[in-house]
Amino acid sequence: MSTTWATRRKTRIDDLSAGRSLTSEAFRRLRRDPVALTGATIIGVFVVIAALAPLIAPHGAAEAFPALQENLRPGSIPGPQDGFPLGGDQLGRDFYSRMLLASQQTLLVGVLATVIGLIVGIVIGTLAGAFGGWVDTVLMRVTDVLLAVPSLLLAISVAALAASPSQTTVIIAVAVVGVPIFARLLRGSMLSQRDSDHVIAATALGVKRPAVVLRHMLPNAIGPVIVQATLTLATAILDAAALSFLGLGDADPGRAEWGLMLAQAQSYLDVRPALAFYPAIAIIVVALGFTLLGESLREALDPKGSR
Amino acid sequence: MLRFVLRRLAQVVPTLLLLSLLVFAWLRSLPGGPASAFLGDRATPERIAELNRVLGLDQPIFVQYGRFLGRVLTGDFGASTITGQPVLAEIGRALPATVELSVLALVIAVALGIPLGYLAAQHRGGPVDIATVIGTLIGVAVPVFFLGYLLKAFFAVELGWFPPSGRLSIDVDATNVTGFVVLDGLLTREFDASLDALSHLVLPAVALATIPLAVIVRITRASVLDVLGSDFVRTANSKGLAPGTVRSRHVLRNALLPVSTTIGLQVGLLLAGAVLTEKVFVWGGIGTLLADAITLKDYPRLQALLLLGALVYVLVNLLVDLSYAIIDPRVRL
Repeated sequence: MSTTWATRRKTRIDDLSAGRSLTSEAFRRLRRDPVALTGATIIGVFVVIAALAPLIAPHGAAEAFPALQENLRPGSIPGPQDGFPLGGDQLGRDFYSRMLLASQQTLLVGVLATVIGLIVGIVIGTLAGAFGGWVDTVLMRVTDVLLAVPSLLLAISVAALAASPSQTTVIIAVAVVGVPIFARLLRGSMLSQRDSDHVIAATALGVKRPAVVLRHMLPNAIGPVIVQATLTLATAILDAAALSFLGLGDADPGRAEWGLMLAQAQSYLDVRPALAFYPAIAIIVVALGFTLLGESLREALDPKGSR
Repeated sequence: MLRFVLRRLAQVVPTLLLLSLLVFAWLRSLPGGPASAFLGDRATPERIAELNRVLGLDQPIFVQYGRFLGRVLTGDFGASTITGQPVLAEIGRALPATVELSVLALVIAVALGIPLGYLAAQHRGGPVDIATVIGTLIGVAVPVFFLGYLLKAFFAVELGWFPPSGRLSIDVDATNVTGFVVLDGLLTREFDASLDALSHLVLPAVALATIPLAVIVRITRASVLDVLGSDFVRTANSKGLAPGTVRSRHVLRNALLPVSTTIGLQVGLLLAGAVLTEKVFVWGGIGTLLADAITLKDYPRLQALLLLGALVYVLVNLLVDLSYAIIDPRVRL
């Protein structure tokens, strides 16, 4: 009872004191920031293409065409022609359709890897930050060890565990890289919450410990973690591409994913550079979009203000 | 100082111990266990049992870990399953190539990054600043291996300015002293060999340097902006100190602290980037060893590279912490 009254009263005080909350202030700044808008637009277009890809793409990702295959020779891959605006790929498939469909897979790999890493990181960070003591010590020691291994090396060692590489192993490997970063970040900002007035007040009002942690500490501590997650989306896509390049990517030849396509196209670079260029440019643009949004989010959430 | 070093080293030990435990657990959790991983296609139940006995895998797990740790501490990482040679010796032979590449890449990143970041901060909001910031954002977004191929296709194949791959031209007869080809050329006064090695180094080093460069520029820029707005810089300016003095003694010195931390962290990135760059330029260093170990599932080699990679990373960051004392006299270690 007393909690709801206290929170309701707190929001009313906030409203009365004319100042906006930090979050709405941050959004106000974001909407005016051209950098954030550019990033958001890129991501928006990317997500729309990914969502509609099966509808827009004229052909399937694994579908090979005799018209393209017939002209396939060592040293020559057919270029743009009627019905195939970007030409064929090294197996006589429609490159245009594959580019479109790959956006979906790339988004899937990036988002899933980031979200899995985020969830595990949040759980570890919350436990460490909320309990302190030996729980904190043990969890942070393990986190430190994971941070002591350079990120790609860590991803490689996780991916190498799988009997045969697949998209799932790529996602898990990239997710593992994010876990210690998210956990450390959240723990740090949870710790700074632990002794703050509103947490002491909530505890004094008799709010139960889990509720204090989940409703009072976590929402206030999660900002930097969300920013990091936005930036991680960019590196996740790049890491997945790097794993594919090292032969740890999905072994399914029908799969269309930009990182995978870029890695496979390296063998045909002097035959048809476009096969590498299009996926590369797509990856660069999308990674740039997430980085732009992440960076401006970071600045917008920085309470030090409009830098 | 000595006490600080000892305390930090004491912190490093549990980290590495825990890492060794993780690597040990990692090897145990390989599909089908290490024996079937080592045997690969030739695995039969009898062979696995036999190998398990030979490798001591039928012993209790903590006995196994104790032995593993004992071997690792004496530098015995076993033999590579690809070449049959001791892993540590292989790494020792490949190390100079990667060190040479990483050092040049780091030199490029630092030598360009700090001035560029400073310049961008000084002309904040101007065209130089905007171009620099956009450049750093794109620099981080380009897949390293793709950039490597681009550099190779343009500067080596198209223009022919630099050799496309390898560390030395075949027709250059170089004497091997240290394994560092550039250094060897200088030591033996075979300057043509040094020059040839350097020309081979340029493209891979540039490819490897891009991400660290972008990061260093951004941190330097942010850090210089921070310092430029501080009271002591205003004071220094208003009491009429020469702009150059303010720049070097007040701004740069204070701005470099976060930058030096970043440089330490880049070493991990260099190690990871080297795997990709070396594959593109057929470099034959640690990265190549690692890439081969992945494709051919050479677990002893992977395990050694993982442990040594982490060791180097941890030690470099210890050195970075020590460098604080030199850069910032307020830091008492």
